[in-house]
Amino acid sequence: MKSYDVIILGAGPAGLSAGIYLSRAKQSVLILDQGIVGGQVVLTHAVANYPGLPELSGYKLASEMKKQAIEFGCEVLANEKLLSFNFEGKEKFITTKSGEYQGRAVIIAVGGQPRKLGLESEMKFQGLGISYCATCDGDFFTDEDIVVVGGGNSALEEAVSLTKFAKTVTIIHQFDHFQGYIHAIKAAEENPKIKFLMESEIEEFTGKESLTGVTVRNIKDSSITNLDVTGAFIFIGYVPGSDAFKDCVSLSDRKEILTDEDMSTSRDGVFAAGDVRQKKFRQITTAVSDGTIAALAVMDYLNGPDPDKI
Amino acid sequence: MTLDTNLKHIETGAALEELINSKENVMVCCGRMGPMCVPVYGAMEELENSGDYANVQFADMLFDIPEASIIRDLPECASFRGLPFTVYYKNGKVAKATTSIQSKDQVTSILSEIV
Repeated sequence: MKSYDVIILGAGPAGLSAGIYLSRAKQSVLILDQGIVGGQVVLTHAVANYPGLPELSGYKLASEMKKQAIEFGCEVLANEKLLSFNFEGKEKFITTKSGEYQGRAVIIAVGGQPRKLGLESEMKFQGLGISYCATCDGDFFTDEDIVVVGGGNSALEEAVSLTKFAKTVTIIHQFDHFQGYIHAIKAAEENPKIKFLMESEIEEFTGKESLTGVTVRNIKDSSITNLDVTGAFIFIGYVPGSDAFKDCVSLSDRKEILTDEDMSTSRDGVFAAGDVRQKKFRQITTAVSDGTIAALAVMDYLNGPDPDKI
Repeated sequence: MTLDTNLKHIETGAALEELINSKENVMVCCGRMGPMCVPVYGAMEELENSGDYANVQFADMLFDIPEASIIRDLPECASFRGLPFTVYYKNGKVAKATTSIQSKDQVTSILSEIV
């Protein structure tokens, strides 16, 4: 088992910032991420408002943060599936696919990820009709009939954007009203290519080699509608990656980790930073701020009096 | 025009031809800087940096340049409707092709099978 002063879960801006501060303070730091390094920032085409840097892509910004963290001494392991952990005692234990790790403190900075419908047939047609990115895949559906699932700003705006390519776009939404801004709702409602199936949800995606239809169930009367469509774009929001920690730290109603202003969670020695915690504004700079505060608070925690000796 | 990654960029069909004819194993990810594509580039960079696949040349290609038709028009990609198109070449021929996001484990599994 390898031991570290601090183990950081998540290699987005929050986790990398915490790692930079801690490793620069000569703490041994392991940063683990279940996906790639950078978090959601890598998907940002251009970051123009990060102080002190000229406009650059999110991918490059994340690459530089990673490089800086490694140069200061952080060990960074990406694509490391978290298998189990135990944060109950003074020492924290984490097991991933590649090994077992021990730390004196943990920072949870796992961010969030796009919500999926969770249907078995959803996985089958990913890339073969089902997409989560209109900008990426919209043009594959030129002059075809497609559906958009969701009722928030992303779903409404992407539906309008997809009308540039598709013949028709049917928005399927589980409620009788949308959750988006008025202007986004109006833009969708006024678009002649957009139709609506409200209070409905997808029951199944159908097709052989690629998607050819969706089965939609009306939530109120359970009636079934079969739509012949070749594309389905899913925009049903983001979920904080806190689920694995729900029995360990206190969460909000929205499943965000609750922290105090020092990023301390309800569990001794466990801190949280970035999009996974409850907060109002989610920006790269606020994630960096969270990571910095968490790192400094961890330093205080590690250097503080031993609670067993008080 | 190239993608904004740390991988080797292929800009022309001739460059791709030259690469797949000079290297036994080549993995090319053809996409954009979107949420389905970026994780694949990340996995490739990581595998490349690990040194575990020194016998594989990793590269990317921007989907929107006309020269990317060399990948877009492959019969193996005919049914694909999601970026990126990832193509694995062995001795100059397509050994496997995948569509949309792939995890590092999925990429590793294909590489292990092919290489």
